[in-house]
Amino acid sequence: MRKYRYLIALILLALLTACAGGQTETPASPGETVPAGEGGTLTVMTHDSFAISEEVIARFEQENNVTVAFVPSGDTGSALNRAILAKQNPLADVFYGVDNTFLSRALAEDLFLPYESPLLAQIPDAFELDPEHRALPVDYGDVCINYDRAYFAENNLPLPESLEDLTGPAYEGLLVAENPATSSPGLAFLLATIEHFGEDGYLDFWRGLSDNGLVVVNDWNTAYYTNFSGSSGAGPQPLVVSYASSPVAEVVFAEQPLDEAPTGSLVGDQMCFRQIEFVGILNGTQNEELARRFVDYMLDVTFQEDIPLQMFVWPVNENAALPEEFERFAEVPANPAQLDPATIDANREAWVQAWMETVLP
Amino acid sequence: MKTIGRLSRGLPAPGLWLWALPLLFLAVFFFQPLGAILRLALEQALVEGISAYEWGRVWRAVSFTLYQALLSTLLTLLVGLPAAYVFGRYLFRGKGLLRVLTTLPFIMPTVVVAAAFNALLGPRGWLNLFLMDWFNLSQPPIQILGTLPAILLAHVFYNTTIVLRVVGGAWAQLDPRLEQAARVLGASPWRALREVTLPLLRPAVLSAALLVFLFDFTSFAVILLLGGPRFATLEVEIYVQALNLLNLPLAGLLSFIQLLFTLAMTVVYSRLAGQRAVPLSPRLQGEGMAYPMTWKQHLLVGIVVLGLLALLVGPLLALGFRSVTTVAADGGIGWTTAYYQELFVNRRGSLFYVPPVVAARNSLVYAAGTVAISLLLGLLAAYALARPSRLNRLIDPLLMLPLGTSAVTLGLGFILVFNRPPFDVRSFPALIPIAHSLVAFPFVVRTLQPALVSIPAPLRQAASVLGASPLRVWWEIDMPIIGRAALVSAIFSFTISLGEFGATTFLTRPEVPTLPIAIYRYLSQPGALNYGQAMAMSTLLMLLTGAGILVMERFRLPGSSGGDF
Repeated sequence: MRKYRYLIALILLALLTACAGGQTETPASPGETVPAGEGGTLTVMTHDSFAISEEVIARFEQENNVTVAFVPSGDTGSALNRAILAKQNPLADVFYGVDNTFLSRALAEDLFLPYESPLLAQIPDAFELDPEHRALPVDYGDVCINYDRAYFAENNLPLPESLEDLTGPAYEGLLVAENPATSSPGLAFLLATIEHFGEDGYLDFWRGLSDNGLVVVNDWNTAYYTNFSGSSGAGPQPLVVSYASSPVAEVVFAEQPLDEAPTGSLVGDQMCFRQIEFVGILNGTQNEELARRFVDYMLDVTFQEDIPLQMFVWPVNENAALPEEFERFAEVPANPAQLDPATIDANREAWVQAWMETVLP
Repeated sequence: MKTIGRLSRGLPAPGLWLWALPLLFLAVFFFQPLGAILRLALEQALVEGISAYEWGRVWRAVSFTLYQALLSTLLTLLVGLPAAYVFGRYLFRGKGLLRVLTTLPFIMPTVVVAAAFNALLGPRGWLNLFLMDWFNLSQPPIQILGTLPAILLAHVFYNTTIVLRVVGGAWAQLDPRLEQAARVLGASPWRALREVTLPLLRPAVLSAALLVFLFDFTSFAVILLLGGPRFATLEVEIYVQALNLLNLPLAGLLSFIQLLFTLAMTVVYSRLAGQRAVPLSPRLQGEGMAYPMTWKQHLLVGIVVLGLLALLVGPLLALGFRSVTTVAADGGIGWTTAYYQELFVNRRGSLFYVPPVVAARNSLVYAAGTVAISLLLGLLAAYALARPSRLNRLIDPLLMLPLGTSAVTLGLGFILVFNRPPFDVRSFPALIPIAHSLVAFPFVVRTLQPALVSIPAPLRQAASVLGASPLRVWWEIDMPIIGRAALVSAIFSFTISLGEFGATTFLTRPEVPTLPIAIYRYLSQPGALNYGQAMAMSTLLMLLTGAGILVMERFRLPGSSGGDF
């Protein structure tokens, strides 16, 4: 009996020393574990929706003689959380995918190194929300209400032209929206209503929506595929909170070629919320020079022109041409709502709480 | 005296060393990350504090979590126990296939199950359309989505297989002569069941109930997708607070509460299960089984089979059906193989395209790893637990903790701890079978332990006295008796891994995506093709899992005599 105790003690001791040994080493980083530059690896942390063409990345890899490894890390919130939790030993060199609703948090955590890319000259100033250039804009998209064309045509129903219209009896029980506590488009749409109605008025609007048979679900998947009548799921609601680009995706991923999208977006004045996504060089990288080159590459025309059909968002670079499908089938809001990232970060929790108490008593 | 004591346990040496590997595993991959994240949350909580409003939310989440878990567990037992009886006592055609089919719900990604439920029970689902057509109704009569019954139904759908496998397996191995003796002595069938069979099955029933309860208790996606925003379990609340509101202190508090409840539950379980069952010679597989004879028996078997088909297999069939049909704008239905063909095409030249074969291979490799790790550790722990000692009473409840731990919290803990060599982001794929094993391991222990306890000491003693080495005793006495339980454990480890439980989503990398990850990817973009491909990929996942289980069930352990198919 006794000798086994010693054995266990020995094993535990060995384990402890192994752990401690690992911890006392000089803080390791991707740069050290994999040498930078010639034949090395650049690690890019992203959210799960990130997508890009093989050939676009292959070109960068050839030009710079590196391998680019992507680490998808959950949705926007999860990915940012990962980066924050691991900021002492960054998991990657570059982080892509923080949006304007989370930007302040990322900057407050001091995640990124500043980099004033020369490519910023080709990007409209409106997208540059960080004056210190720690987070650089890459793409944008609008969260808008989508409608089922067939339903509105069959029922001879005019489309809602403003958010206020949605509380009218004509649209009773027709809208499905996502819970802002669990869904990023849900939060974006809540922010649009706050911008439009102001902090004093948005809850009244939601009360009106609620009385008018608003359906709330927790995530975009359920809203779009289970509840929305315009999708393949063929649900009961002909209006859904989704993206301005969703009708384009419906055409691109249709079973048979289509001349018109089966769905459309309501892009009236302040009916949509604009999400801008940023890239940043992670503080603590050993590959800063290479990371800068990759950020430049992301902002340059080749990468920017590949973005729309891969991720269904719009490129920020003015010189990037849009694919034909986007020109033909996408409606872009002229005046989307936008809120200052710092205001969003300061109030997110309070707004979401107030929303929950109003809509989900 | 001492030697006899040694012999009666029939094992090579005292049990402390058996614990070494399982405890080491838990210490490194469970307690270390969990401790790290809880400490961080506590530090922040001390600075920021927790408001009265937040306490209110905590209280609501706790009470709802317990309420729905209790109801779900009772319902699952209500469905599962009669089914376990039929599977344990009767032979009928297609039994093997039905057993495999009833296991499949366990692995289905919840997004897909939600879609299947919607196709069947949704406002425009087949059942509603049929009823509206039949009774000339203008409104769909069944409004279940987004209600408590939808949550309960989904939990029964997911977890009935646990009762069926764990209790059904034990039932099949029960000595039928005891019940027969009771009947001969004049007991009614009901009394024989109540006073002979059920007490003997007690350890298995308790094990199954605990497992089902813990799965319901930590339920996440079912609540989120089928219950809707009006319902929040602790796990859902943790997810919202940690990842959407970035409120780590509250998430930490909630995880801690969840852990305490899990611990309390396992302690209660240990007390209940502590009164040992009488060890009985387990019988040959199939000895107590017969084809139904009387009309009552036929009726019972018929009801159970039809019930299982409707409840568990129905939604799966709806899925498979949807993966080969197109629905035109006018509601017309046509057949297509386009979704399957499209799976094999990387149309957009995307870097993140996953060929189905690669995804399937990755899934299988992870599942095989999970089976190996959790069976090895589970066997060691189950043997260690089989000897009563003070140490065991302390360790026993700890073993179940991984099952009752928030996957979000543990995932965040993994990130916090495993971010430097030898475990950094590059080795995350290797951590996936380990993360799956954390969930599978308690399962394996709980399945093996009742079987081990049932081995009568005289059998081992006789073998030893007759000159068998300890290893041979184990191989020829223990293995045949626990073979069925080991098989059940292997199948659950396999399905747990294929179904992507736990912290996996935090650990995936694009080079090694699994089938469920690929399914999520399709469903995250609009478009008929994406939807169809998700259904097709889910159908492939079902077929793959079904095939895997079939192969494992055909696998014969030494000495085990024919199964009951």
